[in-house]
Amino acid sequence: MADVSLRKVIKRYDDVEAVRGIDLDIADHEFIVLVGPSGCGKSTTLRMIAGLEDISDGDIMIGGDVVNDVPPKDRDIAMVFQNYALYPHMTVAENMSFGLRLKHYPKAEIKARVTEAARLLDITDLIDRKPKQLSGGQRQRVAMGRAIVRNPKVFLFDEPLSNLDAKLRVQMRIEIKKVHQKVRTTTVYVTHDQVEAMTLADRVVVMNKGRIEQIGTPNELYHKPATRFVAGFIGSPAMNFIPCRLEDAAGTLRIRLTDRIAFALPPARAARYNALPRTDKLLLGIRPEHLTEARAHLDPGVETFETVLDVTEPMGMETLVYFGLDGTPVCGRVNPGAGAKDGAPMRLAMDLNNMHLLNEETGVVL
Amino acid sequence: MSTMAIDKAGPTRKLGSMSRDRAWALRWSYFFLVLFAIFFLTPPVYMVITSLKSSAEISAATNPWWVFHPTLSNYVELLSSNQFLRFFWNSSIISIVVVFVTMLISIPAAFALARMKFWGSATLATGVFLTYLIPDSLLFIPLFKMLAVIQDFTGITLLNRWYVLVFIYPTLTVPFCTWIMIGYFASIPKELDEAAIIDGASWLQTLLRIFIPVALPGLIAATIFAFTVSWAQFLYPLVFTTSVDQLVLPVGITTTLIKGDVFNWGQIMTGALLGAAPPLIIYAFLMDYYIAGLTAGATKG
Repeated sequence: MADVSLRKVIKRYDDVEAVRGIDLDIADHEFIVLVGPSGCGKSTTLRMIAGLEDISDGDIMIGGDVVNDVPPKDRDIAMVFQNYALYPHMTVAENMSFGLRLKHYPKAEIKARVTEAARLLDITDLIDRKPKQLSGGQRQRVAMGRAIVRNPKVFLFDEPLSNLDAKLRVQMRIEIKKVHQKVRTTTVYVTHDQVEAMTLADRVVVMNKGRIEQIGTPNELYHKPATRFVAGFIGSPAMNFIPCRLEDAAGTLRIRLTDRIAFALPPARAARYNALPRTDKLLLGIRPEHLTEARAHLDPGVETFETVLDVTEPMGMETLVYFGLDGTPVCGRVNPGAGAKDGAPMRLAMDLNNMHLLNEETGVVL
Repeated sequence: MSTMAIDKAGPTRKLGSMSRDRAWALRWSYFFLVLFAIFFLTPPVYMVITSLKSSAEISAATNPWWVFHPTLSNYVELLSSNQFLRFFWNSSIISIVVVFVTMLISIPAAFALARMKFWGSATLATGVFLTYLIPDSLLFIPLFKMLAVIQDFTGITLLNRWYVLVFIYPTLTVPFCTWIMIGYFASIPKELDEAAIIDGASWLQTLLRIFIPVALPGLIAATIFAFTVSWAQFLYPLVFTTSVDQLVLPVGITTTLIKGDVFNWGQIMTGALLGAAPPLIIYAFLMDYYIAGLTAGATKG
């Protein structure tokens, strides 16, 4: 068990900077998820923590010690790979005990640890099987078992669920969370799946183009994204971005979406955005769940408008509606009983208490 | 009517054409397989027939494809001849040592070239293979010269000694075996050695405990190759060994059983058959291990 710190870590491949200066402090026992699109440098960052990649610049500390030049085997870490990387010629028990046997642990202790890990992961019956006799989910459990028996300072997961089918992925996600609740080992987990990131993490690190976009708890990222990238990456369906500008009318600050549609901002929002130049090109960020059908009673800050739906997608517990505002595609979530139909007009309500205002050029949330 | 029209518009192949194509493909493949089998099995069959004949019957004008008075005298004579057993022994010991030496060099070399990315490793890997392309008929004269010079300098007798072949055969086997092993090692997922490294294995432990067991089919293929090459090698032993007690089997058979223009066909065939047996036996034995898909289950298959 230990904390992990990254200080201005840079990774260069020839001329290309894959990771461009990362600062990150991971507390003891914490479950950190690195998330981002492919090529954002999240896997490279993880592999640098593991020691599988050299760092070009900066410092990596595990448990307070700088480990820049420490080989992987001396960093006291364990890693679970996307494709499991089980040793095909060894049984499950041999796979799990390989690291301990290399370190010449006493036989009795190896057996005790393997038994304990197998029990924790519910693979006791499989202990004498070879990897090829196991299903994908079972293999991933064994790979986790191999990490657990070592009782390392840090667990590293490199997209461990990407090879599993959707149903199994949900199951294993819960499994991983349970295991972490029991063993409490500091964990760094890499994924491109924002749902995995949100559900597993104590804190999520959103990465893009080799840099950290934002670090925060899942709720912080969801409700207070710092940039357009984070706002668009976290949440499904994704946040809508509608071009808009601010205007003053009759002493109130209004936000104009189209020639037809303009809303007065709620007082709290108006105060926050009042200092902005009226000429700036802005984007209104609004999540689909804040675009619902208009109800009889409207809370303050909720404004209604008339639109024609392009497509509706009934999901059972809700219906997704798609429409255009001056050519910008927008998605909303309405009650299944609200009578949304393809091609039909509908009155929708926008909850401006939950809006975000972004600078279109810089992508910064204002 | 409308369905008929659709049928005509569709592809001209009708239902079941797939299985008919398959049936024809099978027929053709069996036709060619039988053709090849006849082509390749005729010489050994002829050898077996001839080896069971006496010299008198071989030279008699009877049907050469039938044995009228079968006899094992050729086998008895060869197997009780110290000379023949000596050839056999020389061949065996040389081949076994060569296989051992080859594996000792090839496996670490292939591991290094496949996994440790060092400056020029790719060029070196290609270079290793290129050396294999130089024919032995081009090398034996310079090699002979080299050995003679070394012998003069050091006083160690190298020419006309069977053990010199142990040093020479690896020039044929090492490049090819290294090349095969590079291919097999390269097919092992990178994550497997990374997992081993994180588990605390050194390079040597990764090689011995992960790579060699996982690449066993490749290892066996390389072993069979090295053994066959050493066992069947003709040119080098013909050049480098001359005394009867230093000869290996292929050279021994041709030099001792052909006296001037007298060919002892019965014994030549018997000797050749007996000489062909060990590789055959080894191959049959190792075939069990030579199964593809040993890496199945290591990663998502």
